[in-house]
Amino acid sequence: MAIVELKHVVKNYSGKASDATANAVDDFNLTTKDGEFIVLVGPSGCGKTTTMRMIAGLESISGGSIAIGGRDVSHVAPKDRDIAMVFQSYALYPHMSVFENMAFALRLKKMPDAEIRTRVEDAAKVLDIAHLLERKPRALSGGQRQRVALGRAIVRQPQVFLMDEPLSNLDAKLRVDTRAEIVKLHRKLGVTTFYVTHDQVEAMTMGQRIVVMLNGKVQQIDTPQRLYEWPANMFVAGFIGTPSMNFLRGQIGTDKRTVADAHFSLDLRGPRGDVLAAHGAAEAVVGIRPEHLSYLAPEDAYNDNVLNGTVEVVEPLGSVTMIQVLVGPHRVTAQIDSHVSVAMGDPIRLRCQTEKLHVFDASSERSLLQPPAA
Amino acid sequence: MNHRRYVDFLLTALAYLVALVMFFPILWMLLTAFKTEQNAFTMTPHFLFVPTLESFKVAFEQGSGYMHYALNSAISAVVSTLVGLLLAIPAAYAMAFYPTKRTDFTLVWMVSTKFIPAVGVLIPIYLVYKNLGLLDNIWGLTALFTTMNLPLLVWMVYSYFKDIPKDIVEAADIDGANTLQTMLRVILPLALPGLASSGLLALILAWNESFWSLTMTDHSAATLAVYIASFKSAEGLFWAKMSAASVLTVAPIIVLGWFAQRQMVRGLTFGAVK
Repeated sequence: MAIVELKHVVKNYSGKASDATANAVDDFNLTTKDGEFIVLVGPSGCGKTTTMRMIAGLESISGGSIAIGGRDVSHVAPKDRDIAMVFQSYALYPHMSVFENMAFALRLKKMPDAEIRTRVEDAAKVLDIAHLLERKPRALSGGQRQRVALGRAIVRQPQVFLMDEPLSNLDAKLRVDTRAEIVKLHRKLGVTTFYVTHDQVEAMTMGQRIVVMLNGKVQQIDTPQRLYEWPANMFVAGFIGTPSMNFLRGQIGTDKRTVADAHFSLDLRGPRGDVLAAHGAAEAVVGIRPEHLSYLAPEDAYNDNVLNGTVEVVEPLGSVTMIQVLVGPHRVTAQIDSHVSVAMGDPIRLRCQTEKLHVFDASSERSLLQPPAA
Repeated sequence: MNHRRYVDFLLTALAYLVALVMFFPILWMLLTAFKTEQNAFTMTPHFLFVPTLESFKVAFEQGSGYMHYALNSAISAVVSTLVGLLLAIPAAYAMAFYPTKRTDFTLVWMVSTKFIPAVGVLIPIYLVYKNLGLLDNIWGLTALFTTMNLPLLVWMVYSYFKDIPKDIVEAADIDGANTLQTMLRVILPLALPGLASSGLLALILAWNESFWSLTMTDHSAATLAVYIASFKSAEGLFWAKMSAASVLTVAPIIVLGWFAQRQMVRGLTFGAVK
């Protein structure tokens, strides 16, 4: 258990640290709480795995510093950082039994045999692999190997757990089950954990705080709920939540309250309108999540912030129905009640929940909204 | 269906034919070894004859005796193989798991040293050995064999190490193992079949080596290659004795190869099937 501090961490493979565009990881700053579960998420190549490997010491850092439990480990070898890691490939030792796989690190520490046995057996019990201890990894299923990899990490009782997409080789159902188990395990052991994934659902369900990365840069670090409600920019807004947030680019009206083009006009009132008034630019992007759009019956007279369009695709999911609607040139996804019957080609009216709208700067793509203090 | 069987038959027959052609010299050597000198020298080859151990008896006692040469062959082959592996394993480890920009070049360069014909470097090496007093010295010969086989060993061990996922090395690293512990407890056990076949190949190559043995040794460090060559004389009959000596020379390595066969096949196909 420890606080992990990353200060201005940079990774640059070209060797020219001054060239920020070539940085695989650029100016990464994060201080964890003790025992926090941090998820690093982003599309492939965003630098999340590189960041984790730098914490592990498997990659050198090109700049900045990393401290674990108050000790600067920036240039300390992986074996001396007191961390344990679960690899995507599990990286079990094929020639050793499950027991020896889990005992390996303890044997290297010259721990007495009796204590090794106790620790391994305890961990095996927690992970429900006690009956597999004598087997070789090749005689295990994917899910069992995954548990052994977790077991190898937890017997160490390290200061930090690092997990690099540990669930990506499991089938969908097992992934959901194991996801919950890892969370339970974390709550029980209380070890500071870094978890890398490209799956935003995994990130949202597991992370106490999530670091969203893109092109080596941190986009936002926040709790799942705040990421969803107060995305810092259009990338985060589009990345978090399924289906993705809809974006409508339009001109800011003369009253400084509306964003509109020839096909839609949205009136931003209250605090949202105030930021728009203060913004002063000619254009802005309005973001609205599919779940914040709702179906309006043709006879309904409601006419405040309504999008008029044509249904293009209908995707019934059972509990809800996803529809894609063309509003002029804009394709908008909406989540509507599954009992509403709509068909392709139908004209449709969608009501926007004004208080859920997001507003972004059209050029920097940054959110104009001020999130409340955490 | 019939056509298929026909092709199978032809292929099998062809395989037997090729095997026979390749095996024939060994068979002929074996037969000749059990003949009398007169019998061995006849123009019409005899396949049926009364076998005799006469040639073996004479051959065994020739020069300093078979055991002297066999011991030299064994020392030079075994020691050069062991030292070769000892040097090749760390080199291959570094190149396989911590490659740099120049790793590929280094590998190609190492093998390129094998492109030069041995005669090309005979004179400089001979002079160096002469001045160092290493001529006709078993350790001098062993050192030559070691350097001769080292590029091959590095290449082979490198390719076996390459088949081991780097994640496993990193896992050991994080588990707290130092380089030596990673190598001894994780990498070597995994690469063992490959190391065994690499070692066996180096052993065979050193055992069979004749060029350097003939040029750099005379008596005290002479190996079995020198022993065989010593039977060749300008006058008199020597085919049966020479064949007997050859049989005595190849026998140990064939027996060893036979026992190592399984390990060897596993090693050579290691990584090919996953």
